[in-house]
Amino acid sequence: MVRIFGPLVGLFFAAALLWSFAVGAINMIREPEPMTAVKEYHLAPKEDVKFAFNGAFGRFDKQQLQRGFQIYKEVCSNCHGLKQIAFRNLTDLGYSEAQVKAIAKEWATKAKTFDPKTGDTGERPNTPADHFPPVYYAGSGSPPDLSLITKARHEGPNYVYSLLTGYTDQPASLIKKYPDGKVPDGLYYNPYFANLNIAMPAPLADGQVTYSDGTKATLDQEAQDVAAFLTWTAEPKMEKRKQTGWAVLGFLIAATALAYLSKRTIWADKH
Amino acid sequence: MSFPWANHYKPSHPLMVWLDEKLPLPRFVYNAIGAGYPCPRNLNYFWNFGVLAGFCLMLQIVTGVILAMHYAANSGLAFDSVEHIMRDVNWGWMLRYAHANGASAFFVVVYIHIFRGFFYSSYKAPREMIWLLGVVIFLLMMATAFMGYVLPWGQMSFWGAKVITGLFSAIPFVGEPLQQWLLGGFSPDNAALNRFFSLHFLLPFVIAAVIILHIWALHIPGSSNPTGVEVKSESDTVPFHPYYTAKDGFGLGVFLVLYCAVLFFFPNALGHPDNYIPANPMSTPAHIVPEWYFWPFYAILRAFTSDFLFIPAKLMGVLAMFSAILVWFFLPWLDTSPVRSGHYRPLFRKFFWLLFIDVVVLGFCGGSPAETKYVLISQIAATYYFLHFLVILPIVSSIEKPQPLPFSITEAVLGTDEAAA
Repeated sequence: MVRIFGPLVGLFFAAALLWSFAVGAINMIREPEPMTAVKEYHLAPKEDVKFAFNGAFGRFDKQQLQRGFQIYKEVCSNCHGLKQIAFRNLTDLGYSEAQVKAIAKEWATKAKTFDPKTGDTGERPNTPADHFPPVYYAGSGSPPDLSLITKARHEGPNYVYSLLTGYTDQPASLIKKYPDGKVPDGLYYNPYFANLNIAMPAPLADGQVTYSDGTKATLDQEAQDVAAFLTWTAEPKMEKRKQTGWAVLGFLIAATALAYLSKRTIWADKH
Repeated sequence: MSFPWANHYKPSHPLMVWLDEKLPLPRFVYNAIGAGYPCPRNLNYFWNFGVLAGFCLMLQIVTGVILAMHYAANSGLAFDSVEHIMRDVNWGWMLRYAHANGASAFFVVVYIHIFRGFFYSSYKAPREMIWLLGVVIFLLMMATAFMGYVLPWGQMSFWGAKVITGLFSAIPFVGEPLQQWLLGGFSPDNAALNRFFSLHFLLPFVIAAVIILHIWALHIPGSSNPTGVEVKSESDTVPFHPYYTAKDGFGLGVFLVLYCAVLFFFPNALGHPDNYIPANPMSTPAHIVPEWYFWPFYAILRAFTSDFLFIPAKLMGVLAMFSAILVWFFLPWLDTSPVRSGHYRPLFRKFFWLLFIDVVVLGFCGGSPAETKYVLISQIAATYYFLHFLVILPIVSSIEKPQPLPFSITEAVLGTDEAAA
């Protein structure tokens, strides 16, 4: 039975597939998939930044994370939330408990309160136990929460850096080839953004912030710093992960070597 | 198999003698994976992967049960509860990375186990039942992995669930009501997430039960071996313990080194970035792709682009995708060559490697965006896939002239066997 019906089923699927193939191939020859502005002009993230956290031994540069946090605080937080991070987490960046308390207390958006007895809503200053308060944005576009942004994009840190430094005028050749491709009103051209036109105006520029550690605030520096900060927000446990990894691998390699030697001893008389 | 020369369990300690009379569990273990189980002496390292697969299941159950203590199966809370595990639960990041990459490790190990079965025809008599149960385990694994991937409730979770449950809507007449019944709604939402969580917790224990049957069925004929020649005498075998416990111990070490290297240094390499974006029913990702271990089957699903003999393309794709695995159930009766091992089957061996390359190509196409060129390649590759199992194997097994087999396992290992003289 199997030897009769098996080949028939096989030939049936093969015929259906070859039919689909023939139809698809003819369509492709007749109407090749058109080139699009996105396919032609979209760029993969730049890879020229050497972040301190790169590599199996990489660690965060706390000074850089503090600078990145300053950019988030002074620029990004106007539109973007950071809901997965609590103020208490900022001690990872090298701030003392007192500094964290002060940062939380002085944060512009206050924590919301609700009194279940009276039904009154109100506000109070943030505490280290609070997460960063949500950010509501009324303008066009929908600014994503940034807590996980470097994990939510391919080559995240490079992507954030490239996007922030990648704003440019739309190439004249693009409009010439794709007359429909002109950047719509209210959007900005950025070849690192998935569809080339992003609602966020260039957020950073030379001298956008004044770093408290005296580092010169160039656009490139700012973009690197905020990309590093957002790598930390996406995975605060990264250093711990790599350190644990080396201890685990060291143990496992030694144990495996012993396992190999005992296997060889046990099998010595059987080969 | 309990060969006549198998070692017998002889408890010496009075406590063990007492226990053996009341509940002979130590005897059971001794005969199952101890010195009382004689195995072919020539098993190569491909025979490590059964034990490794069992290890992966235990790893997934242990990490999964702990993750479930901290996870919230609610569409409003699930995504943030996973991040809570990653950030605030002690060693939660390690558990979650171990579980997510553990699924990939499980599939790597099982795919090698299955291709070992293809090459050495482990499915042939008298081992058909082991093979059939193995295919059941694989189907259960796929269901479990799919539902597990939905739980973090990221973009790929949501849209993957939507696409896969959408397959049921291809079934004529009852398709759409069936899909709505399965999801508990018109689209994946809290009802679907809750039942997926419940089933994701249940199915691993069903898998464990079928694995017990799989191993039970294995112990009746005993393990196959790389020559495909059955055990003839005591010199063909070694006791499982200490010989294969030692070999499996070393294999487990190598596996753990590779697995932990991924877990600690590339924990997100096998995942999709979009799953770190919370599920959003209003925003479809540019490319919806399943996890890598489903890519070959996803490519087969997408390869049917034109209606055929009045059968809608979508239905053909669904039928073909399930048939691609169901066809394995019939392998013992499609491949009728009396020779088991691919080592002695020159023609079969060529087609085996062609199948291997074919599945890799299908996997590559399944992971690529649905552009015409990838679809065309996957159509050719899927054609070969079905022809290989259903047409080529039966023909090869009837026309092939196998090479001479060794007299026995002992002869294959030592060059001579006194029993042959």
